[in-house]
Amino acid sequence: MAALLEVKGLKAFYGQTQALHDVSFEISDGGITTLLGANGAGKTTTLRAICNMVRTEGEVRFDGKDIVGRATEEIVRLRIAHVPEGRGTFTTLTVDENLRIAAYTRRDKQGVKDELERVFTYFPRLKERIQQQAGTLSGGEQQMLAIARALMLKPRLMLLDEPSFGLAPLIVQEIFRILRRINQEEGVSILLVEQNAALALDLADYAYVLETGGVVMADRAEVVKNDEGIRKSYLGY
Amino acid sequence: MEQFLQQIASGLANGAIYACVALALVMIYVSTDHINFAQGEMAMFSTYLSWQLMTWGASYWVAFAAAVVLSFILGVIIERAILRPLHNAPVLSVVVVFIGLLAICNSMAGAIWSYLIKEFPSPFPKSSFGIAGVIGPHQLGVVLVTLIVLGLLFAFFRYTPLGLAMRAAAQNPSMARLVGVRVDWMLALGWGLAAAVGAVAGVMVAHIVYLDPNMMGGILLYAFAGALVGGIGNPGGAVLGGFIVGVLENMVAFAGNQIEKTTGIYIIGNGEKLTVALIIVITVLTVRPAGLFGRVVVKRV
Ligand SMILES: Nc1ncnc2c1ncn2[C@@H]1O[C@H](COP(=O)(O)OP(=O)(O)OP(=O)(O)O)[C@@H](O)[C@H]1O
Ligand SMILES: [Mg+2]
Repeated sequence: MAALLEVKGLKAFYGQTQALHDVSFEISDGGITTLLGANGAGKTTTLRAICNMVRTEGEVRFDGKDIVGRATEEIVRLRIAHVPEGRGTFTTLTVDENLRIAAYTRRDKQGVKDELERVFTYFPRLKERIQQQAGTLSGGEQQMLAIARALMLKPRLMLLDEPSFGLAPLIVQEIFRILRRINQEEGVSILLVEQNAALALDLADYAYVLETGGVVMADRAEVVKNDEGIRKSYLGY
Repeated sequence: MEQFLQQIASGLANGAIYACVALALVMIYVSTDHINFAQGEMAMFSTYLSWQLMTWGASYWVAFAAAVVLSFILGVIIERAILRPLHNAPVLSVVVVFIGLLAICNSMAGAIWSYLIKEFPSPFPKSSFGIAGVIGPHQLGVVLVTLIVLGLLFAFFRYTPLGLAMRAAAQNPSMARLVGVRVDWMLALGWGLAAAVGAVAGVMVAHIVYLDPNMMGGILLYAFAGALVGGIGNPGGAVLGGFIVGVLENMVAFAGNQIEKTTGIYIIGNGEKLTVALIIVITVLTVRPAGLFGRVVVKRV
């Protein structure tokens, strides 16, 4: 399969400190790729670098086009949806407004309405809470809202930063089932950052492991999952 | 009794002006955390623009609309050209820029139109408008026009996708970028709208305070007081705060006059209105630092 996103020699900086040294990887079109690694390895920074939220050097090609240096909102408009760390929802806006904001440039009211309905088929819980302030949702519901809003952007690629963070196992399972459906039914490619390696390896086709700002291992998810040697040395379990 | 109602009515008319300027201040504050000290002078400049158009033969309402539109455009340009490059500048540099902007507006108006005080017309018919003995035609007109403008703005922010995007950009800019909102343009648009609302206030108040380059000085203070009383982070609160301050200052003077009349002792009069209003503001802020209607952010516990 052709690569949807190609990252080559990516460097990222917070002021003077360099957080990524040389990160290279690929995301296949239609696949689910996971980025694993210990705390501080640079996973979040990698997602931020793709969306130009930190100072970046190197090469990021989306669909063949180099996107390094473009404004974040323009990258998003190429249909790369980023669900940030810590459930980024607009807490004072309602569920409805949180979803509609992702479609604010669209003039076809009916189209937006249909889109909302389609998103609600994945997240029926949100439909019940449509007028509720996002800040009053449960943690799991907020994560769902963040993913639902990303889906409203009609993305080709979804970047997810630890969607399981701080959630009960049952909710996490539900969210991961939905992610699989989104990948299969909508054809959305996914780049998943996770602390919970076992969970991520179950969902993904391909895995990369980051360590202190560089890629140290890459293989098919199945291989990583079944190779105790790799797991022990890179993932610590 | 009639006097009392008159005082309330003129307080509401003044309050409507403060409410507009307070809203303009809050619109910029919520998205940038800065108080635009030049807001009043920008409104004064807008008022001169409408006056100029009228002397060239435009009717009142045409001049009014044109001044509002021009102010919107000027507001956008000021943000893009002057404030944009300062996005990451320290607070004090921004304050200096605002004060510079204030001085520039003031001296430019003086240079172009001179510092002589000019009369400014009222568009509201003397007969058949207002309620005899309670509220004058211009006062009633001011209240109506500002309520319409405020209502339109409310509807814009509440019900249009663009208004939603502006609210989102103000609440969480980096998150807004991640849903494709062009945050920088939203800021510029906010400046444009603030300048436009300021223009409405300036043109409406000019008939009452007369036109001169320093006409908005006191009004900006009252508006700021209104915004603080209502809650500087809350547009609806700031509007209410503007009205409250307007009525309050008149009530203070009215009470003072009544006391003087009945007891002959002078405690307080028109001259001390601003002082008393500011004391009340400080009291409110001491008791409720977020303002009377300051948004209590709902958080899950
Ligand atoms: N805003 C920031 N300013 C300065 N340094 C930062 C900032 N954010 C992250 N870093 C540094 O960059 C490095 C990579 O951090 P990053 O957040 O990408 O790690 P991560 O792999 O996502 O970790 P975690 O699993 O804990 O979320 C760390 O050394 C971190 O201290
Ligand atoms: Mg992280």
